[in-house]
Amino acid sequence: MAQQQRVVVDPVTRIEGHLRIEAILDEKGIIKDALSSGTMWRGLELILQGRDPRDAWAFAERICGVCTTVHALASVRCVENALKIQVPANAEIIRNIMFLTQYVQDHVIHFYHLHALDWVDVVSALKADPKATAELAQKVSPHWPKATPGYFSDIAGTLKKFVESGQLGIFQNAYWGHPAYKLPPEANLMAVAHYLEALRWQKEIIKIHTIFGGKNPHPNYLVGGMACAIDMQSDNAINMERLNMIRSLIDEATGIVENLYYPDLLAIASFYPEWTKWGGGLGNYLVYGDVSKTNVDDVASFRFPRGAILNKNLAEVLPVDLADAKQVQEEISHSWYEYPDPKASLHPWDGVTKANYTGPKPPYQQLDEKGAYTWLKAPRWKGNAMEVGPLARMLVGFASGKTEYKDVVTEALGRLNVPATAHFSTLGRTAARGLESRLAVRWLKEEFERLVANLKAGDTATANTEKWEPSSWPKESKGVGFTEAPRGALAHWVKIQDEKIASYQIVVPSTWNASPRDAKGQPGAYEAALIGTPMADPQRPVEILRTIHSFDPCLACASHVLGPDGQTLSEIVIG
Amino acid sequence: MGDFDRPTTYGLLKAHGVDRRTFVRFCSMTAAALGLPASLVPKVVEAMETKPRIPVIWLHGLECTCCSESFIRSSHPIAQDVVLNLVSLDYDDTLQAAAGAQCEAIRKKIMKEYAGKYILAVEGNAPTKDGGVYCTVGGDTFLNILKETAEGAMAVVAWGSCASNGCVQAAHPNPTGAKPVHEIIKNKPIINVPGCPPIAEVMTGVLTYVLTFDRLPDLDRLGRPKMFYAQRIHDKCYRRSFFDAGQFVEKWDDEGARKGWCLYKMGCRGPMTYNSCPTIKWNNGVSFPIGSGHGCIGCSEANFWDNGPFYQRLANVPLPGVESTPDRIGKTAAVLAGVGVAAHFGSHLVRNAVDKKPPEGPGASRDSE
Repeated sequence: MAQQQRVVVDPVTRIEGHLRIEAILDEKGIIKDALSSGTMWRGLELILQGRDPRDAWAFAERICGVCTTVHALASVRCVENALKIQVPANAEIIRNIMFLTQYVQDHVIHFYHLHALDWVDVVSALKADPKATAELAQKVSPHWPKATPGYFSDIAGTLKKFVESGQLGIFQNAYWGHPAYKLPPEANLMAVAHYLEALRWQKEIIKIHTIFGGKNPHPNYLVGGMACAIDMQSDNAINMERLNMIRSLIDEATGIVENLYYPDLLAIASFYPEWTKWGGGLGNYLVYGDVSKTNVDDVASFRFPRGAILNKNLAEVLPVDLADAKQVQEEISHSWYEYPDPKASLHPWDGVTKANYTGPKPPYQQLDEKGAYTWLKAPRWKGNAMEVGPLARMLVGFASGKTEYKDVVTEALGRLNVPATAHFSTLGRTAARGLESRLAVRWLKEEFERLVANLKAGDTATANTEKWEPSSWPKESKGVGFTEAPRGALAHWVKIQDEKIASYQIVVPSTWNASPRDAKGQPGAYEAALIGTPMADPQRPVEILRTIHSFDPCLACASHVLGPDGQTLSEIVIG
Repeated sequence: MGDFDRPTTYGLLKAHGVDRRTFVRFCSMTAAALGLPASLVPKVVEAMETKPRIPVIWLHGLECTCCSESFIRSSHPIAQDVVLNLVSLDYDDTLQAAAGAQCEAIRKKIMKEYAGKYILAVEGNAPTKDGGVYCTVGGDTFLNILKETAEGAMAVVAWGSCASNGCVQAAHPNPTGAKPVHEIIKNKPIINVPGCPPIAEVMTGVLTYVLTFDRLPDLDRLGRPKMFYAQRIHDKCYRRSFFDAGQFVEKWDDEGARKGWCLYKMGCRGPMTYNSCPTIKWNNGVSFPIGSGHGCIGCSEANFWDNGPFYQRLANVPLPGVESTPDRIGKTAAVLAGVGVAAHFGSHLVRNAVDKKPPEGPGASRDSE
């Protein structure tokens, strides 16, 4: 190709929600610029106004059904923070258990069902020798039992007939045979088999949510604690049978992470060393932190420590304060919104949202990176574009000097035989998700043991109802609730007035990562990460999918933001 | 090239090395999941042996993907069997390998080659304000894509409350003008499968019913399959006996909560919600919201987001025909024994509950709304 070229990927599939990527390639086929556009918007913050704050979690939870629970968690926390409600220790632990359960399930689904097909050539698996595949599988994971020639022969047979049926379903018209696929047939067959194993397992682990929250997706939460009562003498509450079920589900999850996910991750990664050099992006990382060993106000007790890293400088972890008006801010220079002062950067407690679609009339061919091009605002931390998510958490944990992090990171680097700089890449991001899954299953077990210890000590409380009645609330209050969603730092900011929600603002992980550029021209994390990547065949954009999927996009989350309707837009001024 | 030249479900399973005995057991489980008597198992077997795999286009509009997540939680049949053996899931942007132009090409191809023969599954709904700019896919509005794709569909399955009722983005003030599928598509049979999300086995149950019996399930006047949405949660709830006995949870984590008493006073919407939660339960029968101590929020009912705060009990009014109020129920339990729940509600919620009671007889159609 002689000239620069514009590659459009819309829809980006195997993500949650609606995302469009446009990449501009130079004459050598290397991405020199990119834009990330969230093409969906629902207006949940506006819908939340005027509601009972105790109901907010249910609305907020519907922001996303993939990372279900995390918005409910951030929501109950922001209301509890505003009303100064301390939840019982058991409720904190149950929330931690549900949170970590979500991590493990979400990360495994992401790896096998959303991301793996970027690295695994399903059709190539047809050429695999089942015996050689079994040998490979035994080498990759000596403790995973399904590694016999017979097992892989069955899987190969299933795959063969499926392909020969001519109805490829979700696997049709993809990028099979693309030169960017590097796995040998046996590794591909092993991965296809494990795609199916993980699909069977994911419906098991979430039963922990069902026990505590009644259903999954979208289990129930409660302002002040959890609604599931604990009574060892009742067969109609959390009791020994329920605890045993949770324990066995945690054990099974540990086996999946240690003997399936992590070994597969290392095995696949070892064939793609070039992807430890591409896809790094911003080099700025932000973590709000979560999973307290005491309570959520005790930041020092977090298993995921809070902090920010700028310019890949792991020598310094900067403090983060969500209530500080100068830290987290959003601007809209490239977004389909209006501010009274278009150049303003506003803290969520002082946020203004007014929709203003200025994009091309659909159907359109391309967007304009010089103008507004997305339903996402541009969040910034002290003016910096930041990456959030598993890589940010592993780096902040590592840089904070936590031994647990150092151990898993060092071991993985050693086994892959790559330098520490490998973190700052597409593969580094994908690997970080696997490493924190290892931590998550350990912590899951520890949190479960903490719950049992509490029960043994005679504490069975699950809800604090002192401030349940709105008549006990102050006339005005405001709060912030946060968590570390699987995709990264998430926070909700609420203002409560006269027993109702006066304003509700949400800044989610994928708004950080899928952010457009800002007034200073600083790109968002996706945009920055795509720059510099060579594309072998621009018509078949496997490389773009690899990097974008390494962030695990969640666009229903990112583009939930409120917006009034067209011409009659009422302006929502907060504060 | 019609779908009758394509392999049958049994043909594929057999080719995959599934023996007939396993296949028949699979059919029995499917029949059981559908609530069919054992005498109908041979019919399921026959259907699976002779019917080809139907192409499915699964679109995503304004939604949160909880329906897809629920779908893959199905225990019987498991998602793998549905995707590999039961249907041909040709387009689903959450799961499919292809992206961008390659992905849209598949949709066009299926629409052309299988005109009138594919099922359109819709998750989410369409924003209708401002020309539909609030949700675009491939540069076009979801509103256009929905209409275009529905044109050649033999039937439409509206997954979840978004597609069936509008759900959260359609809650007041509905900033994007989000509308459920049946308000946009008027000329196709539509099965509404409400719930936020619907129960996994309800979703796969609806699909396998269509594939097995080669016809749509009987629907109530709101377009919901009667086999899963004909009865109120309250009428099937295992805590109903506590309601009748006047034993209620009065506040969170009290003695009643620990003993599993009725959650009516905590705002439970079970009395006005039609769904299978107490019978099929969630995640392979592990629990359901009431079973885990939280009231039902009524997520399968239209406008459930706007039916008052979730924790406000349904009424505090004199009960028709009974000289009492819900507050006094606990003290006058015996009086209430045997009185139908609808009698307890005098507010608009009563009317909602009554209005939503499905009509008798199979002839009722959704057009009577």
